Amino acid sequence: MRENIEQPEALVDVTGLPFTQIEELSNGSIYIGATVKNTEVANHRIIRERYPVLAQAILSGASGQIRNMATVGGNLLQRTRCYYFYDEAAGCNKRHANSGCDAIDGFNRIHAILGASDACIATHPSDMCVALAALDARVCVEGKNGAREIAFNDFHRLPGNTPQIETDLQADELIMAIEIPQTEFVANSLYRKVRDRSSYAFALVSIAAALEIQNGKIVNIRIALGSVAHKPWRAFEAERALIGAAATKENFSRAADQELKQAKGFAHNMFKIELAKRTIVSALNNLAESGGAR
Amino acid sequence: MNNVRTIQETVVRFAPGKDHDSLMHKPGYAGKPFSRVDANLKVKGEALFSADFKVENPAFAALVYSTITKGRITTIDTSEAASSSGVLAVITHENAPKIPTPPVFDPTGESKGTAASDSPVLQDNRIYRDSQPIAIVIAATLDQAEYAGTLVKVDYETEIATVSFAACKPEAVTPSDVLGEEPEVKIGNAGTAFSEAEATTDNIYRTPRYNHNAIEPHATIAVWNEDDSLLVYDPPQNLYGVKHTLAILFGLAPEKVRVVSPFVGGGFGGKGTLWDNTMLCVIAAKTVKRPIKLVISRAGVFRLAGGRTLSEQRVALGAKKDGRLTALIHSGITAMSKHNNFPEQFTFPARHLYSPKNIFAGQKVVKLDTIANTFMRAPGESIGAFALELAMDELAYSLKMDPIELRRINEPKTDPAKNTAFSSRHLIEAYTLGAEKFNWQKRHAEPRGQRDGKWLVGQGVATAYYPVLRLPATAGIRINADGTAFVKAAAHEMGMGTATVQIQHAAEKLGLPLDKVSFQYGDSDLPESPIAGGSNQTVSIVASVTAAAEKIHKELLALAGRNADSPLSNLTYEQIEARNNGLFSKTDAPEGETYMSILKHAGKDHIKVNASSEMPTELKQYSMHSYGAQFCEVRVNEETGETRVSRWLGSFDCGIILNPKTAISQFRGGIIMGIGMALTEETLFDERKGRIMNPSLAEYHIPVNLDVPYIDIIYNNIPDAHTPIGAHGIGEIGITGVAAAIANAVFNATGKRVRDLPITLDKLL
Ligand SMILES: Cc1cc2nc3c(=O)[nH]c(=O)nc-3n(C[C@H](O)[C@H](O)[C@H](O)COP(=O)(O)OP(=O)(O)OC[C@H]3O[C@@H](n4cnc5c(N)ncnc54)[C@H](O)[C@@H]3O)c2cc1C
Ligand code: SF4
Repeated sequence: MRENIEQPEALVDVTGLPFTQIEELSNGSIYIGATVKNTEVANHRIIRERYPVLAQAILSGASGQIRNMATVGGNLLQRTRCYYFYDEAAGCNKRHANSGCDAIDGFNRIHAILGASDACIATHPSDMCVALAALDARVCVEGKNGAREIAFNDFHRLPGNTPQIETDLQADELIMAIEIPQTEFVANSLYRKVRDRSSYAFALVSIAAALEIQNGKIVNIRIALGSVAHKPWRAFEAERALIGAAATKENFSRAADQELKQAKGFAHNMFKIELAKRTIVSALNNLAESGGAR
Repeated sequence: MNNVRTIQETVVRFAPGKDHDSLMHKPGYAGKPFSRVDANLKVKGEALFSADFKVENPAFAALVYSTITKGRITTIDTSEAASSSGVLAVITHENAPKIPTPPVFDPTGESKGTAASDSPVLQDNRIYRDSQPIAIVIAATLDQAEYAGTLVKVDYETEIATVSFAACKPEAVTPSDVLGEEPEVKIGNAGTAFSEAEATTDNIYRTPRYNHNAIEPHATIAVWNEDDSLLVYDPPQNLYGVKHTLAILFGLAPEKVRVVSPFVGGGFGGKGTLWDNTMLCVIAAKTVKRPIKLVISRAGVFRLAGGRTLSEQRVALGAKKDGRLTALIHSGITAMSKHNNFPEQFTFPARHLYSPKNIFAGQKVVKLDTIANTFMRAPGESIGAFALELAMDELAYSLKMDPIELRRINEPKTDPAKNTAFSSRHLIEAYTLGAEKFNWQKRHAEPRGQRDGKWLVGQGVATAYYPVLRLPATAGIRINADGTAFVKAAAHEMGMGTATVQIQHAAEKLGLPLDKVSFQYGDSDLPESPIAGGSNQTVSIVASVTAAAEKIHKELLALAGRNADSPLSNLTYEQIEARNNGLFSKTDAPEGETYMSILKHAGKDHIKVNASSEMPTELKQYSMHSYGAQFCEVRVNEETGETRVSRWLGSFDCGIILNPKTAISQFRGGIIMGIGMALTEETLFDERKGRIMNPSLAEYHIPVNLDVPYIDIIYNNIPDAHTPIGAHGIGEIGITGVAAAIANAVFNATGKRVRDLPITLDKLL
């Protein structure tokens, strides 16, 4: 709104809604209300113990002050950091339909290498969402036509020809909560964020990963990449390639190549393809060393 | 009138509080680490910056910026904005008061101009550059003004703009001068010597555009008084320059303009010239006949105040096998706008640092349809030293020679370009001291020789260099019958500790305890001080205070002489000195009289003088510079290319340090800014439109705390016999050599030479 991108006629303050709980449900899932602050999620004992990747992702984002104010619902719906999106003088299909995309031939260092379209190459910048994608979270929403759950991977959309439509959330729906299913092996998980300065910068590439190894073979794996696509990018190809494989650097590397075969870089972000591969290999190596094996 | 009272309250008087440091009562204040006299005010949030002043009945202004790069406004429809709630006026070129072309900054001071650019301000329908202000909206509140600004509708006729540096390079021209010096210096024949050299390096180095990000944005309150005089609260680095420029623009006698600026929330050169915002604020106040407050947003600062130019530099070094330089070529191109003249003196270090017999140092410029570029901490020296000091490291490596040894071998006896004696030069001592404390000898000369897990570790050095500058200045001293003294100068306090250091010096000069001396500054009604730039302010004012102290002492002696009983009556000026609150014989004899006593016997409640320092002829006679050696250690992540600085030591040769506490802060601040220059900062300037794409602190990455290690500072404290109290200005040297030291350390860690700043991780993958 401050950037004059949205010009709403009326504002409804949702911060007072009573979705402020973090609870363990009877099925073992964790329920996080939509208005819970990011800091509270990151500091919650259960989150730290069972889902360290989520706590690490949140703590690597923004600044302490922002995290104290930011809500879970709001973080999901944060907008891209594309420079041209914020510039009234630029052509941007996301901001003004059919006005072109100045990023494609402009500064696109922070832009997508996966799943982009000719209409838009923006990325979703959230850290928290990358972890939630890896954790197979569900987004609980409710609107005029009742409540429903959206699988995290279906919540954010690829740009296609309608980059202005960023999520599956309908105009009359509110985010009520996030639910994270119980998944024991994700206690061995991590979030790694590669960026241009040590803190208070969005990721160039980030990864949320979890790994379980039995008898030398990978039995469970989750990989999601951040800041590489219009949505948190679940690396299903790499996961498929690694299930049942030995947890070796070579296999990690092959899987990373496999995932990024479909990647396409632009003038300033070609390096992200190599960086993403290296980050995947490095993160999985760390997890293999830190107790992926049982 | 309320205004009058506010004015009287604005002049900042610092008399340190009662519970001060016990050191303050000891003689010999210069060189002691006193805390800033304004520290309490600042910590409590009581220090008033420009936008904090309360004026009667203010209205608020917001600016509308052009979204095209060049052309004409065909229609500008302000009707909707004008009828929006709270709006008092919308000013465009169609209804703005007529003012002349702003007089641009003149380094000689002759024209009194200090504007950043001579492009007209709201005078016609032409658009000269992207983001040029095209309308001022004035409303009862800031929100109303900003909102109404979005309702101004503009149609343009666009023209082709010249904004691409790359495209213009072939047509680069040699500027008329570079800050008053020759654009080219040729000694011997560098080209021939280079081609005959036994060892050479020859590379292109690039530095990007950078923008200042002082914590305080440009902010102004303009008040037109009933008598048509003008009062402006504004945070400039040049109070008198702003006063004179506004007088010229608005057709006023200079004494009708008063500029008040007790605290500047950081300048770094970004407030060294007058930008459109101050003029627009004065125009707005004139139009609506009300005080106007205009605070520029962070994005607005990027759009309204120019930054550091980009540069493309060539450094070619030729040497004998033993390392002795035979040829030094430093050339290159920077960008200016079509409306200013600031080529950024990046070839200056090459003119004074090393001793080859053959030097070519010459620079060119391209002129673009952009905002004017301007000074940014150590303009020229910082980007020039990056190229030169990288080249020295490259040569040292190719000769298998320690880079410090290479500098030692090439230490000149006299100034290479001017052939004058150095007033004071101890660069090699700075290297020696630094190397010992940094443990330089432990470094592996071969790259990739040290690692810590995934992190490759390396060390680098580079020379820091900055010229000494002094400008003529005037100061006033008033000694009161109660034994206190006021020192007055229209000086600028940007956080460096100006007031603190000037009080230390004046107290010593006057033989008074610190708490008896107060310093009045930050107001153009005070005696004329020069621009706070080029690291000149401290020594320039010290020189003028010295002149004023001499004058007041002579007058006091004459006054005492009228009283036959005074022990001073038969002493000459040469026989006395200031101590113990008065004037006393230089001999051990307690002959003398306090100021209180002299004034009492003369029946006066005070005595005051103004005096000016002399022209800085010493700068012509000697080669006068500050030096330093920057040592750093970096760690580069082998997997991701992320670079982190893990150790820093700066070893400086900058004359006498007047206050270690404030000086070390300056050195550290410069080094931190240099870390940003080296690793994280870059203005993303889209050459398709000449528009900055990252005008925010979220996307323009200044270093965060985690990017900055502990910074160790040492200095040799050797006085320069040719400067006031042996001191040099030290505000800018800290940033010089930093980027080169980091790039050299990155090479030592990884074996990769990055010659393009900033050194982002993609360049190391
Ligand atoms: C300088 C800066 C740096 C940052 N760095 C990072 C970073 O490194 N990593 C990172 O992940 N994030 C970063 N952020 C983003 C920050 O995390 C988000 O701004 C924050 O999470 C948004 O939360 P909020 O509650 O303030 O949402 P708001 O800004 O209040 O809301 C965002 C959107 O969500 C909508 N909304 C909010 N709640 C609901 C709901 N329950 N149902 C439906 N719609 C809803 C709002 O209407 C709005 O459209 C940064 C932000 C800034 C300003
Ligand atoms: S990448 Fe998307 S958000 Fe950015 S300019 Fe193009 S369309 Fe707009």
